[in-house]
Amino acid sequence: MNVIFNYFGDVFGAIKSLWAGMCVTGYYFIHPGQIVTQKYPENRRKLVMFERFKGEVIMPHDENNQHACTGCGICEINCPNGSIEIISKKITNPEGKPERIIDKHIYHLSMCTFCGLCIKNCPAKAIVWGQQFEHAVFNRHKLTRVLNLPRSSMKKKTKESKKL
Amino acid sequence: MNFSIYDFTSFINWIDNSLNSYMSPGWAILVELVILGLVFIAFYAVIGLYLVLAERKVCALIQNRFGPNRVGPIGMFQTIADLIKLLMKELIYIKHADTFLFNIAPFIVIIASFMAIAALPFAKGLHAIDLNIGIFYMIAVSSLGVIGILISGWSSNNKYSLIGAIRSGAQVISYELSVGLALLSIVIFSGTLQLSGIVESQANGWWIIKGHIPAIISFIIFLTTCTAETNRGPFDLAEAESELTAGFHTEYSGIKFAFFFLAEYMNMFILAALAATVFLGGWMPFHIAGWEGMNNVMDYIPPVIWFFGKTVVVILIIMWFKWTFPRIRIDQILTLEWKYLLPLNLMNIVLIAFIVLMGWYIK
Ligand code: SF4
Ligand code: SF4
Repeated sequence: MNVIFNYFGDVFGAIKSLWAGMCVTGYYFIHPGQIVTQKYPENRRKLVMFERFKGEVIMPHDENNQHACTGCGICEINCPNGSIEIISKKITNPEGKPERIIDKHIYHLSMCTFCGLCIKNCPAKAIVWGQQFEHAVFNRHKLTRVLNLPRSSMKKKTKESKKL
Repeated sequence: MNFSIYDFTSFINWIDNSLNSYMSPGWAILVELVILGLVFIAFYAVIGLYLVLAERKVCALIQNRFGPNRVGPIGMFQTIADLIKLLMKELIYIKHADTFLFNIAPFIVIIASFMAIAALPFAKGLHAIDLNIGIFYMIAVSSLGVIGILISGWSSNNKYSLIGAIRSGAQVISYELSVGLALLSIVIFSGTLQLSGIVESQANGWWIIKGHIPAIISFIIFLTTCTAETNRGPFDLAEAESELTAGFHTEYSGIKFAFFFLAEYMNMFILAALAATVFLGGWMPFHIAGWEGMNNVMDYIPPVIWFFGKTVVVILIIMWFKWTFPRIRIDQILTLEWKYLLPLNLMNIVLIAFIVLMGWYIK
């Protein structure tokens, strides 16, 4: 007797749980307002990417055309793909001491896997994630970029920024 | 001649008579067969393409997406564009494949579904052939397709294809039983195997209503088993993209792949139409005995619309299954059939026989 009860219990239990699942999908089916995908090229104007979105590596510059990169090369060492090349040069600063500054921070977007190791390891926090993602070009050389702007210089560290 | 969209008999007779008056009977039959073939091919293409589109739309809505929405308004022409693309694709030659069987397999699959569609009554007087063993014929023919699947898997010289084909064979052979038994329950109610006869017997109410509980059980079993028969999710073990790349049609490309794809959707359409015909009254409008006013209003809607409306509802339910349930394992599939569906079905048949004997259904 027990066996028969269990058998029909199984059958009705299965139908009940399957019905519960069908209710969920059925609800979505008749509620098209729940759609979460966006129509991309149409919504391009008002498209806002998420803060964590990894579009490309950029180097922010402030209003005086200054960046924070010291040219240490740690990002270059950390990049698993060799997407970053640091070309630094030695200059003599106003105090008469020799100093290393960045000449070119070259970033090959075409080789980047967006792993984020460079950004994580930069001691000066000079590079961050940009939100631009429309990278399609007809010539791949256009994907090689110099991140420090022309005639930019290094921001000297103040007390506050050192704390960060 | 007065034609009506409620009864196609006069229209069909008119075509027959006018052809016979122009040519000898032998030629007339030949011309009729050619016309029929062309009509069915056109029907096949349109229905197949739009079912694929409907499936993609339903799946998209269930998964909170838009689905195809670029080609034409709301993606109307997406599948037509896909077909054109498939027509232009290369047919890849497979090394060490059994070329003859490999090439013939898609045709077997598609011919099997063509044969099944011939027996469907679309409206009063509108069917290609009204066999007096219609249901028997449908069951026999709809399982022919599995031969094509087995051949395609065998001849592809690919392990995945072979596994997919063997799974499909095991599955279709098991579920064939339950499909037959589920249909048999209505045959007991209506007392005929002829599809037009079964439709006529539902003039005063559909069998799912007249046959109450046992008919509903049969209907549920039939829906489950025909999902399995057509190799659709959650029973799509023969394809099982995640395990077998694409199962039996892994090695097919271009238009041969399209044949398999179309046949899968047409089989779904045919089984849904069969479910609608047998359980939901086919082209018969919704009638309740005694409610003359409502019956007249219902009669006003053409039978073709009733037929396709019911079929679409059944198709939507089958699609709903596919996009809700996860794929089950091969042992679970066989357990479901042999330990649950088949015994329940047999019990149900005995119950129905008893009910019919005692006259405990709405006559
Ligand atoms: S994100 Fe990764 S791959 Fe890209 S530049 Fe930085 S370290 Fe290299
Ligand atoms: S970006 Fe950061 S890690 Fe790379 S060279 Fe400049 S300071 Fe060093």
